[in-house]
Amino acid sequence: MDILWPLFYIAVYPGMFFLIAYGLFCQWFDRKLYAHMQNRRGPGCLQPLADLVKLLSKEIVIPKNVTEVRMFKILPYIAIAAVTTAALMIPFESTQSVVNFQGDLIAVLYILTIPTITFFLIGWSSQSPYSAIGSMRVLTQLFAYEVPLMLAMLAPAILADSWNTSDIALFYSSHPLLMLVNVIGLGVSLVALQGKLERVPFDIPHAETEIVGGVFTEYSGRLYGFIKLAIDMEMVVVAALINAVFLGGSFGLSGVWGFVLFIVKTLCIVFILALIKALMARVRIEQMLAFCWKYLAPLSILQIIISIIMRSVVWPNL
Amino acid sequence: MAKPLKAFGEVLKNLFKKPATSQYPVKKHTPAQHYRARIKFTPEECIGCGICMRNCPAAAIKITQINPQDKPQTLPDGKVIPAKRKFKCVIDLSKCIYCAQCVEGCPKKALKSTDEFELAAFDKNKLQDEFKHPDETQK
Amino acid sequence: MPKITVPLGPQHPALKEPGSFLLCLEGEQIVDATLRLGYNHRGVEKAAESRNYIQAMYLIERVCGICSHAHATAYVTNVEELAGVDIPKRAKAIRVIIGELERLHSHLLWLGVAAHEIGFDTLFMYSWRDREMVMDALETISGNRVHYSMNTLGGVRRDITAEQVKSVLSKVEALERRIKYYIELATEEPTVIARTKGVGVLPKDEAIKRCAAGPLARASGVARDTRKDDPYLIYNELDFKLITSDACDVFGRLYVRAFEMLESCKILKQVLNWLPEGAISIKIPVKLPPGQAVNRYEAPRGEDVHYLKSDGGLNPARVKVRAPTLANFASVDYMLKGDQLADAPLIIAAIDPCISCTDRATIITPSGTGIMIWQDMRAHGIEFYKRKGIDFSKVKVM
Repeated sequence: MDILWPLFYIAVYPGMFFLIAYGLFCQWFDRKLYAHMQNRRGPGCLQPLADLVKLLSKEIVIPKNVTEVRMFKILPYIAIAAVTTAALMIPFESTQSVVNFQGDLIAVLYILTIPTITFFLIGWSSQSPYSAIGSMRVLTQLFAYEVPLMLAMLAPAILADSWNTSDIALFYSSHPLLMLVNVIGLGVSLVALQGKLERVPFDIPHAETEIVGGVFTEYSGRLYGFIKLAIDMEMVVVAALINAVFLGGSFGLSGVWGFVLFIVKTLCIVFILALIKALMARVRIEQMLAFCWKYLAPLSILQIIISIIMRSVVWPNL
Repeated sequence: MAKPLKAFGEVLKNLFKKPATSQYPVKKHTPAQHYRARIKFTPEECIGCGICMRNCPAAAIKITQINPQDKPQTLPDGKVIPAKRKFKCVIDLSKCIYCAQCVEGCPKKALKSTDEFELAAFDKNKLQDEFKHPDETQK
Repeated sequence: MPKITVPLGPQHPALKEPGSFLLCLEGEQIVDATLRLGYNHRGVEKAAESRNYIQAMYLIERVCGICSHAHATAYVTNVEELAGVDIPKRAKAIRVIIGELERLHSHLLWLGVAAHEIGFDTLFMYSWRDREMVMDALETISGNRVHYSMNTLGGVRRDITAEQVKSVLSKVEALERRIKYYIELATEEPTVIARTKGVGVLPKDEAIKRCAAGPLARASGVARDTRKDDPYLIYNELDFKLITSDACDVFGRLYVRAFEMLESCKILKQVLNWLPEGAISIKIPVKLPPGQAVNRYEAPRGEDVHYLKSDGGLNPARVKVRAPTLANFASVDYMLKGDQLADAPLIIAAIDPCISCTDRATIITPSGTGIMIWQDMRAHGIEFYKRKGIDFSKVKVM
């Protein structure tokens, strides 16, 4: 039986199956909220599933120019695999994540850059001008949002004096008021996440009115379906990460109530992400760089300084 | 001058508002007073002046006489019944641009605009809107 | 840095109609831009010559879907000029009402498209939702939403009743409040400012040199508006301001269009409140005396010029349409150069291009350069069809 549990973790919960199901739900929730904010009706709740099934049943067209066909075919799966791996290191409904070690916060952040890198490679191997420009934008954007995101995520860890996501969550559930210290960091990471998830105002790599489908221009059928799926799953994972690092995870609960709390909190995060998406226009890539380095990075450094002062001066023996 | 998150209030207000989307196939749109859609032809009224055919921008309307041999009749008591020409009309809905110039030009109001706007069909032959004269159908 | 060429069009999500823009990029910067039009040539002018005057009017109305009233009115004014009649004042006022409602609807549509090009879909959805009010007003008056078919030779086809005036007035007032909000939103939201200020700069002298028309010219400080310069219908009796801006960029064009909408609301209120009494149309003979006429009309996108020649027959001898977009396309490649790829869709959208309006004739240059004259074009055509197995060389042309 002991051998079957890891399989269950990877394949069902909190791995593939749950991520796919909840990812599609979050996509629907995001689209519905976005639609209502724009005074539209929005899609029905099975629409994301219908889209996925449709894409899975479509023919795959591989352009003649693709440099490495095997790589072109395998990259979407790598993105999904990376997202699922990251999910295993974040506490979802319980206080402990499945894979749990000192420093898993850093590991999660690094593993979550893998989808971005695969998107770059996807565009680069497609050999179309739109995807080439898209890939350049993916990388440029990565350098802009990754540093503030990383720094902002480190601040709660410094205050909690642990690099373990589960420990950080536990720390804030026992000291809920200390979450207020990290408000700046929370704001910075929510904005930076729009860059990571490539959403308005930072949907520059696949800005449809400029470069059509961006990096994904040449993808079709099943492969494109999996790319879309990877992005949805990534949204769940980063929402869970924010929940664990900034918002105290499941507040020491586990089981059904922990699960309900997890769903409610992640949906709140999705709501904020949808709100940011609805409020702004897409910026240009150089404006995005300037914004990230001029405002987000100093703010996250400020957050780290606050956390260090809090930890070492105000409450040295928490 | 720049105020970040300017649309915030409006977005939140709309979040709780009823969507503006019209539920078209479920709830039908009520066309305005002068709506121009499918043209209806009343064969009894037509005098065959051909103004509609001459002015139709799309050449979509075709009115033909169905009783070419009809002549004025003299009854035994000396009364003359004038020749009543009868017409039928075919309107090609795939050509019609719904400007309703024919309706406007018709001196006898034999042509009328209706509200019927759902005219799509899978078969092009179904778009031939034929208005037969009642006498013709009796034969 | 190596240069790459990115095609924007003929089919591209940023373009609502086919037109090809080849952008030569250095990184993200545009160093050169080539325009190619002619994907949408429908031969409307030639087709008009084989129809009588009233048929041609409905055809000309369909040159454009957005400014259908502009084209139809310009054409009808030509016909009336050739017939030598002055139409009733009430008809003129009704034409002004439809024209200004059309301007409102076109500018709101443009605002939505521009917002969509910069990824601000919320503004796009809101402005298109409120555009429905204008469409409803147009439907109330004319019957249909897009091709109003309000004009006829010698006046208008339908009268406006007092109830219609009331319902349109209330819609115009509601719309005015919304437009004021959009002006606030579009001029104060930082991301919109960041995307529009300093983008697609067209200095005043360049705008004059390249014959820019409409809001594009007015945003570059050229105070040119046919409604003021050469008043037609009853515009000389109406009180409205000519909006210009010295910003010379996309922000200026946004500003000009937004405030023009407020002016349109002002005009509509004036006309609807003081609608002249009288007949709505007069008769025009089927055949026009020989002659020619040129008329200008300030369409939402700029000055629309129509030419009509009559040879005394049933059909027009020649119809020529110069859509405002044709005048504005000359400025596009200038504005594109030096800007970023990300701005290209917005710069193209900022002239509010209507490509099917513009595509009146195609210039084909086989392999060399230069413009072909008529004989060359005919020789080219004969050669072209000969390759397909059809011989036209025997056909005589006057």
